[in-house]
Amino acid sequence: MSARLRWRKFVSNFMLTMTGVCAVVSVAILFLILGYLVVNGGKSINWAFFTQLPKPVGEVGGGMANAIVGSAKLLLVASLIGVPVGFLGGVYLAEFSGAKVASVVRYAADLLNGVPSIVIGIFAYSMAVLPFKQFSTLAGSFALGLMMIPITLRSTEEFLGAVPRMLREGAMALGASKWKTISTVIVPAAYRGILTAILLALARVAGETAPLLFTALGNRYWSPGWGQPTASLPVMIYNYALSPYEDWHRQAWAAGLVLLGLILIINILARTILSRGIAVPRG
Amino acid sequence: MQASPNPELSVKVNAPAGAATTRENAASIPMRMRISKLNFYYGTKQILFDISMGIADKRVTALIGPSGCGKSTLLRILNRMHETVSTSRLEGEVLLDQQNILAQDVTALRRRVGMVFQRPNPFPKSIFENIAYGPRINGFKGPIADVVEKSLRNAALWDEVKDHLHKSAYELSGGQQQRLCIARALAVEPEVLLLDEPCSALDPISTAKIEELLVELKNLTTLAIVTHNMQQAARVSDFTAFVLTGQVIEFNPTPQLFTTPTDPRTEAYITGRFG
Amino acid sequence: MERHFEKDLNELKERLLWMGSLAERAVHQAVHAVLDSDEQLAKRVLDEEDAINELQLEIDDRVVQLLALHQLMAVDLRFVLAVSRINNDLERIGDQAVNVAQGALRILRHPRVKPYVDLPRMTELVEEQVRSALNAVVRRDVELAQKVMANDDQVDHYRDQIFRELLTYMMGDSSLVFPAFELILVAKNLERIGDHATNIAEDVIYIVQGLDIRHPSIDRR
Repeated sequence: MSARLRWRKFVSNFMLTMTGVCAVVSVAILFLILGYLVVNGGKSINWAFFTQLPKPVGEVGGGMANAIVGSAKLLLVASLIGVPVGFLGGVYLAEFSGAKVASVVRYAADLLNGVPSIVIGIFAYSMAVLPFKQFSTLAGSFALGLMMIPITLRSTEEFLGAVPRMLREGAMALGASKWKTISTVIVPAAYRGILTAILLALARVAGETAPLLFTALGNRYWSPGWGQPTASLPVMIYNYALSPYEDWHRQAWAAGLVLLGLILIINILARTILSRGIAVPRG
Repeated sequence: MQASPNPELSVKVNAPAGAATTRENAASIPMRMRISKLNFYYGTKQILFDISMGIADKRVTALIGPSGCGKSTLLRILNRMHETVSTSRLEGEVLLDQQNILAQDVTALRRRVGMVFQRPNPFPKSIFENIAYGPRINGFKGPIADVVEKSLRNAALWDEVKDHLHKSAYELSGGQQQRLCIARALAVEPEVLLLDEPCSALDPISTAKIEELLVELKNLTTLAIVTHNMQQAARVSDFTAFVLTGQVIEFNPTPQLFTTPTDPRTEAYITGRFG
Repeated sequence: MERHFEKDLNELKERLLWMGSLAERAVHQAVHAVLDSDEQLAKRVLDEEDAINELQLEIDDRVVQLLALHQLMAVDLRFVLAVSRINNDLERIGDQAVNVAQGALRILRHPRVKPYVDLPRMTELVEEQVRSALNAVVRRDVELAQKVMANDDQVDHYRDQIFRELLTYMMGDSSLVFPAFELILVAKNLERIGDHATNIAEDVIYIVQGLDIRHPSIDRR
């Protein structure tokens, strides 16, 4: 074999090996993070973590019950804002995809997706905090909801568009109006994909910290109702990690583990739903 | 005429009943739909040129012609499915029972003129729900199970699925799915049923079953079928229209068109000497 | 699975058999017009000729349609083609019966040449041939068809015998020439009817076995 050929073979094998190595590295990072969290946070996970309020500064012990509940409340209202708007907007894009307005909407949604979360936070501050002179759960949900809209919208559009045109024609040929066709045939056919999209959007915003800093702020205690500042897991991690207290550091690790666990569960759930089969077989 | 004069013929031969000839008198069949001077465009491109023909009542009318000649386009105009394309433009008149279909509410029209498509397209629902869909969205409030059974019987599918009505429609074979689509269309009791190459995605046995079904369905409704298989048109239809580059070259009773066509282009096509 | 063209095939068969029974009746009436010197019977044959010819046209029309519209295969194809041929043979039989009837009318004007001995035997055989051939079509009976084909020689034999006998009579008495000649023509017509019956029998073999046994001297293997 000539030297040239040997060189080419070497380069080929080297590059292919490198691709494999990089793939492994990517996966390894995830496991590294998980490992770190498990090692450092695992021992702080106890019943108290989930049920007790934070103890006063300096005292050891306590939990993050209020942050967990707070995050749940934030995500709930964020969904109520983000999902309907995103879903119906996605329906519009899927149905009128040719219109000029549609391409503007699409472009705007993509841009909104790219807006830094802290900027969303400042915007939400000026819209939902300043006028009421109050930090609140609602303001935090508003910010998170805004972030959910573009994800839900584009995914809904994509999954609705994946439904074969034949189904639409079949419904119309039976005398269904455009809206009836969408609501009784297209959406049911695409529901798995849309549900997955919503879950993934939830997972995405569950861990957002920056927008909550100027909206929900934080709270050492329970937050009654929706109009008061509230604790949330990401913000607690932020605060505790920057503190000088060892005990708080431990709890931050635990919170990180819980948060990541939550996000992983949502992701796995979403993919399971999707893999159960697209409702409509292709071809 | 009396029975055979010779009693020793082992089969009792009676004077044959029925018409002296199978050639129906075309002039006496009423037309359920009538197309007059139809011109059709996608944007600036003209697809159909000055079409005038009819769809015979309670008969099968076939549209044949080479690929791309416009026969499917013509069929889709009959239930205004052409309107799904925004650039489509239509001139001329299409009448259903002497009323212009373009002046009516389109969803009401589509209940009266149903369609079965080239590839079976059942909804991702159960067999029962598929059939019930049409009546339900048209406001039917009566006993829906009876309607489902009647439609499935009319489509010669009832016996095969009566114990599995709540299974997904996708578990049926291709031929069964197409009969399901026919049943679904029949459930709203259309006056006209349009079929766009209904057998082209099916195997020969399923095709034969559906052809026999179409002949039966003449008792229930008027049928119009587009087919690229002219032998199918010969087997099944009573009237045939030969379409070529957007024009109806010939529209005649099927026996006449296939034995003594009036236009040499028709003859060239059906003898396979085309192009 | 029943195909809808089967209805058309059955209607075709019905019409063919009806035509066959009309042809059979025509032969029967024509020969008895001769044997019994029955003028009425002869006239009836002439009146009923149109019905047979109408049926021939109708059957041919149906054959063309069936072939054009339904891509018939195998036994269905052979059947329809055979019907087309049998159709012609039956029409010819009808024609020959008319010839016999017209001969009967002419013979009537003369006294009888001689007592009819062979002629009744021949007519009986020919009528039997026609009947058997049609039965073979109805029942798709190959054995019966073969019997008909075998009997054709006997029909020819009767004709030859009648020729010879009448020839002798004619040579003996010139006043008998006219009626005797007519009788010879009748015998010839009957022999032709017998041939057509044999053709029909050959078509039955074609339908059932797919064998074309016309002209057995030609070997096509």
